[in-house]
Amino acid sequence: MKDVTVIGAGVAGLCVARTLLDRGAHVVLVDRHEENGPHACSWWAGGMLAPFCEGESAEEPVVRLGAEAADWWASKTDAVARRGSLVVSPARDSADLARFARRTRAHRAVTAGEITALEPDLGERFAQGLFFESEAHLAPRAALAQLREGVIADGAVFRQEDADPAHHAQRGLTIDCRGYQARTDLSDLRGVKGEMLILSCPDVTLHRPIRMLHPRVPLYIVPRGDGIFMLGATMIEGRAGGHVTARSLLELLSAAYALNPAFGEAEVLEIGVDSRPAFPDNLPRIRRDGQLIRANGLFRHGFLLAPAVARMVADLIFDDATPEVMDETAA
Amino acid sequence: MRDFYGITLANGLMLGTAQYPSPAILADAFKRSDASVATVSLRRESGRDRAGQDFWALIRDLGVHVLPNTAGCHSVKEAVTTAHMAREVFDTRWIKLEVIGEEDTLQPDVFGLVEAARILTEDGFQVFPYTTEDLVVADKLLQAGCEVLMPWGAPIGSGLGLNNIFGLRAMRAHFPNTPLVIDAGLGLPSQAAAAMELGFDAILLNTAVAKAGDPALMAEGFAAALRAGQLAAQADPMTPRDMAAPSTPVIGKAFLS
Repeated sequence: MKDVTVIGAGVAGLCVARTLLDRGAHVVLVDRHEENGPHACSWWAGGMLAPFCEGESAEEPVVRLGAEAADWWASKTDAVARRGSLVVSPARDSADLARFARRTRAHRAVTAGEITALEPDLGERFAQGLFFESEAHLAPRAALAQLREGVIADGAVFRQEDADPAHHAQRGLTIDCRGYQARTDLSDLRGVKGEMLILSCPDVTLHRPIRMLHPRVPLYIVPRGDGIFMLGATMIEGRAGGHVTARSLLELLSAAYALNPAFGEAEVLEIGVDSRPAFPDNLPRIRRDGQLIRANGLFRHGFLLAPAVARMVADLIFDDATPEVMDETAA
Repeated sequence: MRDFYGITLANGLMLGTAQYPSPAILADAFKRSDASVATVSLRRESGRDRAGQDFWALIRDLGVHVLPNTAGCHSVKEAVTTAHMAREVFDTRWIKLEVIGEEDTLQPDVFGLVEAARILTEDGFQVFPYTTEDLVVADKLLQAGCEVLMPWGAPIGSGLGLNNIFGLRAMRAHFPNTPLVIDAGLGLPSQAAAAMELGFDAILLNTAVAKAGDPALMAEGFAAALRAGQLAAQADPMTPRDMAAPSTPVIGKAFLS
């Protein structure tokens, strides 16, 4: 049996731990913190499993590798909802909708009437949209919690420790899944700041993630059930400080208000801000240096790409198969 | 070619650095187009504690002239603060000065622009003001110390091209010795060629390249168009006329040829 230490218990680390356990490894999971929580950027994720929508600006591997995410999460948790995703734009920005349609696939154009049928609470505000029927979303915190419970139940050992992966690797096979925390060891990793809100708005019911296109402030809103919504997310080059800016709040909230004025009455439950870890091409990387394997750079695609990255890490360990996202093998 | 505060550029292509799918694609767009200037906006939040330094390092690594800008600033005070931050971060006196007057159309506030240009010039900055084609405003910017003018082609991000070709032509005629840059509003290379044919010295683009399906390819297209327009301007184009003017004599042509 292979002994593997996974450092970092965010979405990447938990997916790697789960996959390695499924392949028969003995896993020790290490994190600075005892519980899942706001210290990990996956805590603040939108939870959209929307590979086709992401294809508007992301490169091909994100669409292809992301396509396996919904099935994976549905097989490991009950946090997945498969109701598609809907993309709309205000009438004056219809050029952005046409562009989005050209750049993506697996969608169909929907009229005002069809939008209303899918999401009655959007009313007649949007004359046209795109429906990505095969996409899904999940509740990130529930998914992380269930994944963690599952790996512990199946024999993974959790240790709370502020571990140095290079140090650990001297003793055995170690997977560094620390995300932006690994910045000091990965010189080409950068932070892309994201800001999001969690709102309570029982007056509004939505069934699926809605993206609203806008040339300056593209926004998405993901229903969490029970009148709770996640509203996100800014993308600002630069690592996050501790706080959201007033400008970002204004932009996010005014976009939600445009989606449905009832959001004006929403209560703001949480304000989140964190740094997404990204490499220059915004694609994930797996790097091996002897006993140390680093999996990082999931950018804004943590839940979407972590299952595929975990599979590749496992293939590397068990089959010595070179991952397609591996770009460096040091002795 | 007219110089920009003493700097002669290899070509007149200035590219913005926002909205690309990834920094890798941004770098590729610069490589394929050979653009000579990169504009970069500084968010004051990311400047305060140097949170943006990873991205700034990527910009510096492009190896081109960096023209920081004050995009998103709505007041003289904001613009001046941002300019100071940019000078510190990028170690340059160049600043592309934007003072936005209206959030929705992103039209410049030309009154604030002139005031901020004066303050910054007195403080040693070399100001590239984002302005309209208004000749009086342009004149006041020159009086304030600007040695370059950057009139818009059309509203920022609109891709409409050269909205007021007569105004731009008048500007070129009125300021024959001032480097003029079309800043904002271009969507297609043909529009960039048209700007160069009018005798403009450079164009500044962002959205048209960054939001193209293949940004690097579009950047290359703009570079080619820029060159075409520049060659045309140097070649002293023919003057359009209302009547046909045969290029070969018709007298003596064989009856049944």
